[in-house]
Amino acid sequence: MSVAAQANIDSHAHDDGHHHHEQTFIEKYIFSTDHKMIAKQYLITGLIMGFIGIGMSLLFRMQLAWPEQSFWIFDALLGRFAPGGVMEPGTYLALVTIHGTIMVFFVLTAGLSGTFSNLLIPLQIGARDMASGFLNMVSYWLFFTSSVIMVSSLFVESGPASAGWTIYPPLSALPQAIAGSGMGMTLWLVSMAIFIASSLLGSLNYIVTVLNLRTKGMSMTRLPLTIWAFFVTAIIGVVSFPVLLSAALLLIMDRSFGTSFFLSDIYVQGEVLSHSGGSPVLYEHLFWFLGHPEVYIVLLPALGITSEVIATNSRKPIFGYRAMVASILAIAFLSTVVWGHHMFVSGMNPFLGSVFTFTTLLIAIPSAVKAFNYITTLWKGNLQMNPGMLFSIGLVSTFITGGLTGIILGDSTLDINVHDTYFVVAHFHLVMGISALYGLFAGVYHWFPKMFGRMMNKNLGYIHFWITAVGAYGVFFPMHFIGMAGLPRRYYTNTAFPYFDDLADTNILITLFAFLTAAGQLFFIYNFIHSIFYGKRAVKNPWSSNTLEWTAPVEHIHGNWYGELPTVYRWPYDYSKLNEDESDYVIAGQDFIPQNVPLQDEEEELNH
Amino acid sequence: MTAFLIIIVIALLGITLWQISKVFELSKPAETSDSQVADNKDNNTQGKILLAFTVFLYGIMIYSFWSLSKFYLPEASSDHGADYDKLMFISIGIIMAVQVVTQALLHWFGYKYRGKKGQRALFYADNDKLEFIWTIIPVVVLAGLILYGLFSWSEIMNPVEDEDTLVVEIYAYQFDWRARYSGQDKTLGKANVRFIEGINQLGVDESDDYAMDDIIVNELHLPVNKPVLFKFRSQDVLHSAYFPHFRSQMNVVPGMITEFGFTPITTSKEIRKTDYMVDKVRNINEIRKTREDIAEDDRLYEFDYYLLCNKICGVSHYNMQMKIVVETEQEFQDWLDNQQTFGELINN
Repeated sequence: MSVAAQANIDSHAHDDGHHHHEQTFIEKYIFSTDHKMIAKQYLITGLIMGFIGIGMSLLFRMQLAWPEQSFWIFDALLGRFAPGGVMEPGTYLALVTIHGTIMVFFVLTAGLSGTFSNLLIPLQIGARDMASGFLNMVSYWLFFTSSVIMVSSLFVESGPASAGWTIYPPLSALPQAIAGSGMGMTLWLVSMAIFIASSLLGSLNYIVTVLNLRTKGMSMTRLPLTIWAFFVTAIIGVVSFPVLLSAALLLIMDRSFGTSFFLSDIYVQGEVLSHSGGSPVLYEHLFWFLGHPEVYIVLLPALGITSEVIATNSRKPIFGYRAMVASILAIAFLSTVVWGHHMFVSGMNPFLGSVFTFTTLLIAIPSAVKAFNYITTLWKGNLQMNPGMLFSIGLVSTFITGGLTGIILGDSTLDINVHDTYFVVAHFHLVMGISALYGLFAGVYHWFPKMFGRMMNKNLGYIHFWITAVGAYGVFFPMHFIGMAGLPRRYYTNTAFPYFDDLADTNILITLFAFLTAAGQLFFIYNFIHSIFYGKRAVKNPWSSNTLEWTAPVEHIHGNWYGELPTVYRWPYDYSKLNEDESDYVIAGQDFIPQNVPLQDEEEELNH
Repeated sequence: MTAFLIIIVIALLGITLWQISKVFELSKPAETSDSQVADNKDNNTQGKILLAFTVFLYGIMIYSFWSLSKFYLPEASSDHGADYDKLMFISIGIIMAVQVVTQALLHWFGYKYRGKKGQRALFYADNDKLEFIWTIIPVVVLAGLILYGLFSWSEIMNPVEDEDTLVVEIYAYQFDWRARYSGQDKTLGKANVRFIEGINQLGVDESDDYAMDDIIVNELHLPVNKPVLFKFRSQDVLHSAYFPHFRSQMNVVPGMITEFGFTPITTSKEIRKTDYMVDKVRNINEIRKTREDIAEDDRLYEFDYYLLCNKICGVSHYNMQMKIVVETEQEFQDWLDNQQTFGELINN
C-alpha cells in the first residue's frame, strides 16, 4: 500500500505541484497526514505538556524548600489538595508522580522523538512523506488523546496517580493504600496504554520509512546521524514498549478483575486480601524492561540531533561517523539487557545483580566513545555559536556529568547505599532529563526555519541557554551531595528526621536555582510564539548545512520537493573539505557540499 | 545563610531582568542585516561567555565538594561498610578526574575554536588509533571497578550464617516498623498476614511452638560485633529497609521474604563521641534552636541510628522510621530479657 501511495505522490509531483486540491482547514491543520504538520503538532503538544510538568516541579520544590508552609499559589493552583495553602503529603506524591510521567513520556519521548522523527526522516532521506501518512496521523491523535486523559486525571475527586512514575504495585493496585490509586490510577493506565499504541504506530512507520523510502544514492552509510538515531530509537521502542503494555494490562487485571499477577499476602485497612501467589518483583522486571531502554529512547534522538548540529556548526565532519553509528547500535543492544540495575536491592537473586552490573558498565563504553567523538569534532573547528550549537555543547557537558555518576549507580555494591536517594535524582535528571531537553531545544532552534519558515531570535536564544545552563547545574550538582547524606527521594518533608536538618539550606538553594531555570524558559516560550508569527523570514539553507532538508523549498508543499526527488552522491558531513592541492574548498569559497552535489573533478570520496 | 542565598538570587534575577530589557532592545527587528544566524561578533561573545560559564561550572563543583561534602555519611558502622566506603572513594576519585579533564577540553575547545571570519576548520573525519585508545581506556578502568565491585557484592550479599548469627525479622507496614527476635530457640515462628488478628499484629502462627518465645518490639537493638541476618517481611505494599549508616538496604516485598546481613561495629554511644557526629549534632542543634515549628522540648537532638523507609509506600512514607540502638552484648541481653515474649503477649 505504501509503495502505491508513494508512486501516486511521485506522479503528483511531476505535475509541478499545481494541481493540488485546496485543503480545508481541518485537513491541513487538524487531521493532517503531512509529516511536517504532524511534527509541529507533536512539538506544540509536547511543549504544553512540558509547561505543566515543569510547573509541577516548581510546586513540589517549594514544598521541599519551605516544608508545610502556606503559599497562596498552592491555594490557587491546588485548591482542596492544599487546604489553607499548605500542600498535603498525598498531593506532593501526586505531583512527583505526574511530573515524572509527563516529562519522561509526553515531553521527552513524544515531544522529542515524535517531533523530529516526523520532521526529519522524510526530509533527510529524500522522501515525499512517511510510509503511511494515515498511521502517522492516527499516531499523533492517539498521543493527543492520551495527553488529554493524563491531564484530566489531575481533576478527579480522589486525586491523580501518586505511586511514583514507576507505579509499583501493590501501592498502585490498592486504592485502600493510597487515594491516588483509585480513579486517578485507572486514568493513568488508560492514558499510558493509548500512549504506547501511539508510540508503536509511530515507531513502525519510522522504521519502514527509513528502510524503504530512501532516495536514490542514500545508502545506509550516507544517512545523517539524526536518522540513524531515530531509526534505532524506533526499533528499541518496538522491542520494549509492548512489554510495558503487558505490565499495564496485567496491573489493570489485578486492579479490576481480581487476578494476582503482582499481589500476594496482603493485609490492608484491617482486611486480608484474597490475592495469592503474585509478585511485585515481576512487575519491576516488566516495567524496567521498558523503563531502561526508555532512557535511551529519550536520549538517542537528542544525541542524534546534537551530532548533526555540532557538525554543521563546527563546519567539520562529525568525528568517527562509523564509531558513532556503532555506538548507537551498541547502546541500543545493551539497553535491553541492563534493566536489572534498577533492582539491585529489590530482593532479586544477588547473582543476577552481578550480571546486570557487568552489562551496565559495558554500556558506559559506547557512551564514552560518543562523548570523546563530540569533543574531537569541536577540536580545530570554526564554531558558529548559534543557540542550537550552544545547547548541543551543553548537552555533551551534562551527558558527561550525569553519565559519570552512572558508574556509581550501575555498580551493585555502591548502589546499596545511594539507591532511591537524591543521588539518583541528580544522576538521571542530568543524564537524561537535562541532556534530552537540551537536545530538544537544540533541535527546535536549528530546525525552526524548516518548520515555520522563519528564524527564531538568536539573542533571546542566548539568554535562554545561559540561564538554563547555570540553573540546571545549580539545581542538580549540589543535589548529589544531599543524596550522599542518605536523603531519600519522594519524601514529602525531611523534617521528620532531625538528622537532615542541616540539609535545609541546600534544599532552598536548589529550589531557587529551579526557579531561575524555569524563568529562563519564559524567554523560550516568548521567542517561540513570537517567531512563528513575526520572526524574520528564513532563507532556504540558513546554517549552510549539507543535509537534504535544506534543499527543499522554504514553503511547505505536499511531497516536500518540486519536481524530482534529489539524488544523493555523498555522505552528509563534507564540511570544510579541501580540493586536491589544498588551495581552497572543493567548491571554491564554500565550506560545505550538500549531499545532492555530485563528486567534483578529481575529488576523492573518502571511505568513512 | 538562607537570607543570604535569597539575596543573591534576587540580585541575580535583577541583573537578569536588566539584561533582558537590553536584549529586547537588541532584538527589535529594526536592526538591519540581522539574519538571526550567529555572526563574527556573536561567535566571539558567546565563546567568551562559554569560558565564563566554565568558571561557574568549576566553581560550583569546588563549592559543592568544599562545603557540601560534609554531608557525606560518617564512616560506616558496619563490618562490610569500610570496603564499601573505599570503593566509593575510588569511584568518586576516578569519575571526578574524568569529569575535570573532559569538561575542561569540551569548554576550552568551545572557546578556543569559536568561529572567526576566514578561519578554516580542519577536515578531520577519522582516526582509528585515537578511537581505539579511548575505547580501551574505559574498558580497562571499568573492568577494574567491576571486578572490585563484584567481589564486594558477593561478600556482602552472601554473608556466612553460623550459630553465632542473630536472626531478626524486620516487619514493615504502613507506616511503621516492627522487629521480631527469635528468642531462646533461635528460630522464628511461622507467620502470614492471614493470621493477623487483634493483638497478633504481625500474623505470627499461634499454633507454632517456635513462635512462643519470639519477641516483638518497635525499637531495634543490636549487639555490637555480632553478625545479624535480617529477614524482611511486608504486610501491605513495597517498602525498603534502608540503614544508611550501615551501608545496607533491602526492599521489603509483600508475599516474599528478603534478606540482608551485616555486622555492626560501632555502638550508638561510640559514634556519638566521634568528631564527625559531635560537629554535626552541634550544628543541627544550632539550627533547631531557632526553629519555631518544633516544640521546645523536642528541639534538643541527640544522634541515634535509624532505619527508614526508602520505597514510596503511601502518604506518610516520609515518616516511617525506627530507632536502632547498637550496644554491648551485655546491655543487649539485659534489654532483651526485659521484653515480653509472644507467648506472654497472647496469653495475657
